[in-house]
Parts: sequence; structure tokens; C-alpha cells
Amino acid sequence: MFLNYLNSLPATVAQGIMWGLMAIGVYITYRILDIADLTVDGSLVTGAAVCATLMVNGWHVAPAILMAVLAGMLAGLLTGVFHTGMGIPPILAGILTQLILWSINLKIMGKANMPLLARNHFLLASGLYIPRTLLTLVLVAAAVIALLYWLFGTEVGCSIRATGCNLQMSRAQGINTSLTKILGLMMSNGIVALAGAFLAQYKGAADINMGRGAIVIGLAAVIIGEAVMSRISRNFAVKLLSVVVGGVIYFFVYQTIIFLGLDTDLLKMLSALLVAVFLAIPYWKKTYFSHPKKKPLADVAEEALEEVPHA
Amino acid sequence: MLELVNVSKTFLAGTVNEKKVLKSVNLHLKPGDFVTVIGGNGAGKSTTLNAVAGVFPVDEGNILIDGMDVTHLSEHRRAAYIGRVFQDPMMGTAANMEIYENLAIAARRGKHRGLRWSSTAKEREYYRELLATLGLGLEERPNAKVGLLSGGQRQALTLLMATLRQPKVLLLDEHTAALDPKTAAKVLEITEDIINRSSLTALMVTHNMKDAIAHGNRLIMMHDGKIIYDVEGEEKKALTVEMLIAKFAQSSGEEFANDRALLS
Repeated sequence: MFLNYLNSLPATVAQGIMWGLMAIGVYITYRILDIADLTVDGSLVTGAAVCATLMVNGWHVAPAILMAVLAGMLAGLLTGVFHTGMGIPPILAGILTQLILWSINLKIMGKANMPLLARNHFLLASGLYIPRTLLTLVLVAAAVIALLYWLFGTEVGCSIRATGCNLQMSRAQGINTSLTKILGLMMSNGIVALAGAFLAQYKGAADINMGRGAIVIGLAAVIIGEAVMSRISRNFAVKLLSVVVGGVIYFFVYQTIIFLGLDTDLLKMLSALLVAVFLAIPYWKKTYFSHPKKKPLADVAEEALEEVPHA
Repeated sequence: MLELVNVSKTFLAGTVNEKKVLKSVNLHLKPGDFVTVIGGNGAGKSTTLNAVAGVFPVDEGNILIDGMDVTHLSEHRRAAYIGRVFQDPMMGTAANMEIYENLAIAARRGKHRGLRWSSTAKEREYYRELLATLGLGLEERPNAKVGLLSGGQRQALTLLMATLRQPKVLLLDEHTAALDPKTAAKVLEITEDIINRSSLTALMVTHNMKDAIAHGNRLIMMHDGKIIYDVEGEEKKALTVEMLIAKFAQSSGEEFANDRALLS
């Protein structure tokens, strides 16, 4: 039994990297743009559906993945237009797109589950050959991190970061904040769809339900990664890497809980509660644990004097 | 350089809280004019600046910058011609980004932003020199996150950012009001210095009557959405705080209703 658990670890890492990749997409919206984008539950499936459907129809894996990414970016575009062009709050905009994608994903696949089997297709990731899959996933994650590191250092990337940090300042500095929000949402959902395309190959199918709760797993990976690695370095590439590491740790815990015999029906609830507690920590710190700093009396007197009007 | 023609704005129109904040405001700034703006609470000072900046569309009238009608230009497009510093020191800079990165963003105000790296080594050298002119030691730590700076340092940096690309109009909205007196004086000194060096056209809202008299070549007083007093040159230089308060009572028929201004 324990041996089984040990044997399953490489597969756990592979799953963790794929979901960590998806979490990088969540990081872009949640941390950089300061938007909680719920599109991801749908765009993950869109990526999987597009990749699987195209491959079943004879496409090679590489162009199929590329199309999956483009489809994800279109989903991000839709959410962005709902938000910036129609004034819908971002959370609601994401929910609307998510629901639209449910129908679209069914239409893409023509059914709720599209098998994608390794014996029929050349796949880049599969549970059947873990070592090669692991190597591929590590390379893909490294490439995505390198690409984002460069992109967010460019003029456009900086304006996207500024938009998430300070909207007024961005507009005052001539940044079209509607455009930067849309670009950020497109990048995010493109990466989420990329993760979806790999997940479909790995699991041997694209499934209409595979994205349920993706946003929560993504947030958990972001939060866990920050908790573990934020002290090591503040470098942007390290932050992105920590998100992937967060994903791996999440699935390691997940596997362990299964091994310990916990009812797997409860896993989604536990993930959500974990995220809720982590999100609450900054709030609790501010509300219950912050005491005004005690200043030496001399400083207080000096400040009081400065406040007296200089008549 | 800046022209407001019959500009009107009503907030919450059609509700019980309807407020006519600007009533047919006319204002013409010549190139190089440094105008200080005073007035009581709710007089329309900040609203005037925000109307120029394009934060909201105006109900009536036109706004021209250097002869060009910008009335219907969006806020970010208009930013190409306008430098802005806000009352809240947090508002003018991106806290999570480095000093260099903030300056790099300001250096591209009104320019196309593409896939080039955000700043070149040569540009960063130039930013360092500019930072040194502030005399605040910021040039020693250009990679520091702006969130770590004090309010005064952030306002000084915002001033630098607002003028890094020469604006046709510089809008200062009570930009020293949130600072302690010593820092406020320093930031005001830097403001005066930057405006003089590049002969900028500027509108500066202040609640401090002494500052309003001491700085700029022209002073306007606003009350109830209108400009009630406009003075420049020698006549402005001769003003005193008492004269301004008397002028206010005479023009508006009311007591000057801004206790902050009276105390200053």
C-alpha cells in the first residue's frame, strides 16, 4: 500500500506541474491585475476540448495545442470585453464567460467526454510514460516562465502591472487600462488553456467537468507557493516558479490525503476551506493583531508641536 | 495654452443630492502661466482639474489644450498633454513597482508602448540624474519598491513623473495637503523649481492662502462652481491673506468656509 503511494509520486508531481501551470494563469489575473477571474473553470476545459477534438480529427499535437491556447485567449478576450466594454464587474464577467464556455465546450466536443488515447495518438504528456512526460512538463513550465518574465519586463508588460497596481496613476500616465486588462486576461486564459490541453492528454480524455473548481486549485497553488518560497527571493521568475511549486505541493497533499483513506468527496470542500483561511489571514492580521506602535514620548510631543499652526 | 469655455458639470443630476459643481466656468491660461487656485470646500477646485484631466465627461462647454479641443478625448489619451499630481501621495505612483519602473512608465506617457524592454541603461542613467536633483537620496536606491517611500518622497517622485515628458499643462491638486509642514515646504520648493526650469503652464490647487500668494504669477478664487476672483502680476504680489478673506466675503457674500485655510 505504502509502496503504491511512493510509486504514484512521479505522477503526482506531473499533475502538480500541470495544475501549477494553470495557477500561473490565475497568478496573472489575481496577483498582477488584481482581478479574481472565474473564466478559468471554463477556459481550462476549452483548452482540453480544442486540443482533443483537433487531435481526434487527425491534427498533430503541436498545432492542436497552439489552437487550444488561442481558444483560451479568445475566452479571456470575451471576459475582458464584458468587463471593460460593458462595465460588468470582473467576477460576474468571468462567471458569464464560464457559463458561455460550458455550451461552447459541449459544441466543440459534440459530447461531454472526448477520449484521447495514447495508443491512437502521439501525445506530449501521458500517465503511461511518466518520465518523458515529467521532462516535457518541466521544459514547458520553464518556457512559460521565461516568456512571462520577458513579457512583463517590456513596456506593455509594465503597463499591465501598473494597471493592476494603481488604476488612476496608470490612466494619468496615458495607459489605456481597458486594453491592458484585456491583454492580461487573454494571457492568463491562454496559459490556463495550455494547461487544459496537457491535462486532456495526460488523463486520456477531455471532460466537460474537468475544470470545476480550477480557480480554487489555482488560488491554493498561488498561496501555498508564496507561503513556501516568498522569503527566498522577490525575483519575478522565482515568484512564477513558486506558483508551480505550490501546485506540486497541493497535489502531494492531495495524494497523501487519499492514501490516508479520507473520503475523496470531501476534497473540494477542504481545498476551498484551505483557500478561505489563507485569504482570511491578511484580514485577521489587520483587524485583530495590529496595535498602534508605541512611540517614545519625545516624538509625540514633537509631532504635536508641528501641528500647531505657524501663525 | 489651456482654455475652458463655458464648462459646466452637475453630479447626481436628477436626484435629491444633485450638485452643480461647475457653473459655466471660463478660464484661459497663457503659456508659462503658473496659476494658484483657492476656494472653500466644494467650490469646484478639484472638479475643475479633474474636468481638464478627463476623469469624467463635462455636461457642457469645451476644453482646449494648446488650441486643440480635447473635450471628447478619453482620460488616457489626454494624458499625453497633461502631467498630474494628486492630493493622496499613494495615488500618483505604483507601490509594487520599482522607482525606475515608475519613471519608465512616465517616460512613455503619450507614446506607443510596445515589446521593447521597459527602459534602456541610458535612460536609467538619466533617471538617476533626475532623482539626484530632488535631493532626497532616491538616486541611491532606484530599484526600491515605491511602496517603501515616505509620502513626501512619493509626491516628489510623482512630480518628476508628471514632468518627465514635458506636459503642456501641469495639474497639482492640493499635492502638499497630506504632508507634514516641513515636507510640504520641501515638495513645494521642488515644484517651483521644476515649473521654473521648464517654464511649464500649471494649475495648482491649495488650501494654504500664504502658498497661493507666494507661488505663481496668477491667482484665482473659486466659489460655488464659479471663478469669483482672478488676479495676476504686481497686483497678485501685493496680496495678503487678510485681503483675500475680505475679497471672498465681498465676492461671495459669505464667510470663508474653509477652516483649514483660515488656520494656515
